[in-house]
Amino acid sequence: MGELANAIIFYCLAAAIVGMSILAVTSRRMLRAATYLLIVLICTAGLYLLLNYHFLAVVQLSVYAGGILILFIFAILLTSSHGDRAYSHDKGRVIAGIITALAGIAITTWITMKHHFLYGENPALMGDRQIDMKEIGQVLIGTGKYEYLLSFEALSILLLTCAIGAILIARKR
Amino acid sequence: MWSFSELTEWIDATLRSLMGDGWALFVEFVLIGVAVLVAYAVLALILIWVERKVCGFFQCRLGPNRVGKWGIFQSVADMIKILLKELIRINRSDKVLFRMASFFVIIGSICTFAAIPFAKGLQAIDFNVGVFYVLAVSSLGVVGILLAGWSSNSKYSMIGAMRSGAQLISYEISSGLSLMAIVVLSGSMQLSEIVAQQADTWFIFKGHIPAFIAFVIYLIAGHAETNRGPFDMPEAESELTSGYHTEYSGIQFGFFYLAEYLNMFIIAAVATTMFLGGWQPLHIAGWDGFNAVMDYIPSFVWFFGKTFFCVFLALWVRWTFPRLRIDQLLNLEWKVLMPICLVNLILMAIVVIL
Repeated sequence: MGELANAIIFYCLAAAIVGMSILAVTSRRMLRAATYLLIVLICTAGLYLLLNYHFLAVVQLSVYAGGILILFIFAILLTSSHGDRAYSHDKGRVIAGIITALAGIAITTWITMKHHFLYGENPALMGDRQIDMKEIGQVLIGTGKYEYLLSFEALSILLLTCAIGAILIARKR
Repeated sequence: MWSFSELTEWIDATLRSLMGDGWALFVEFVLIGVAVLVAYAVLALILIWVERKVCGFFQCRLGPNRVGKWGIFQSVADMIKILLKELIRINRSDKVLFRMASFFVIIGSICTFAAIPFAKGLQAIDFNVGVFYVLAVSSLGVVGILLAGWSSNSKYSMIGAMRSGAQLISYEISSGLSLMAIVVLSGSMQLSEIVAQQADTWFIFKGHIPAFIAFVIYLIAGHAETNRGPFDMPEAESELTSGYHTEYSGIQFGFFYLAEYLNMFIIAAVATTMFLGGWQPLHIAGWDGFNAVMDYIPSFVWFFGKTFFCVFLALWVRWTFPRLRIDQLLNLEWKVLMPICLVNLILMAIVVIL
């Protein structure tokens, strides 16, 4: 892919992400905010696709669009009634929020500027290497150096505990 | 066997000789997009006509027979009608989400559609995580259905959407697990690689019993995912008028309708690709003459033949069985299909090791 095409796609996705994140935060209706958040997450998957990291893009789609966001929407549908709107915040909270956001922007900008990116210095490289599914699988369940069997198993036990806890809370006596 | 990649490479070479690389790429993107959308629409028209005809024969009547010979232009006439219809504004509905929901449903369906290998060398998206991509993108539809039900401010839509959401999320598990059985057998998730491995024997024969069990479960779960047949609780017309798309009109309703039919096609096409060899012809080891004759049949004929066979199975089931209750539906998934799927996965692993 050409350098220019990469840049155009990147800026379209970036503009969509920024616009939709602002909408997600400012929207007064819960379900609309959740939908804008979903679009942000889908656009992030688009960024991964641009880097040719298909696996992460698909995980992003299936975990967020297929899992977490549906959970959010179900929770909103079950708990709120149709006309619910968020109250507007008082002044102190708005100012505190703006300061926190500015600080966050400053820190991330500083880090991005300091860091030397492999692709940023050399945009033609972008998306030249596909990471094979087999490689990911073997690294995930391998026991050697830079392989992640232990953390994988620890995470699965954590999730199992969560599931058992949820059943314990939800079951009828 | 003739490959479509000759045609696509010729188009690529001509475009590159006419203009710069960047513009050639751009034109190709647009061409592929248009081709996918046109194929989507045309297939939907064909499927709607087939459904109405087959349904007619199952109920001992003729089905559409006025527009054109055997009514073949009936769905074209219906398309023109639906494009001209008014989009009704629903009072006190959430306008933005109401409009957006139908797009979520159809975009999820089109993205899945684009990943299917239709013939030799004719595949738009070929990731090395192909199967996973198909499962992930098709889950976008659930969001659209839930939003549609909530935003139209109607109790029928709401109940329909909740039922549909519960049903889709549950049945995604067993359809995913039954596809995993084939991934275990082939050792790859790339759709083109999976098709290439079935050149001599299709996976449904190569995988012995577990592949067959997986095929049957995939057909059942896929059928439930399309909200059709005995599993059409979300739009049970006798209790919910038509479920989550009750309030939609005109082409917005058309989007849901198209997505429903194309999802049926996509389920059949994925079943064909994973179990019945995709566009690969039927080969029997040792029968060289027979194999050579089979090779003369073009690859897209094989693909569409098998896919429409699976579509016919879906229609047969739809017009034969009575509707399930919602609790029976969820029990079937969580207490029957999913345990079978998990055991089947272990069985498949044993078959692969032996």
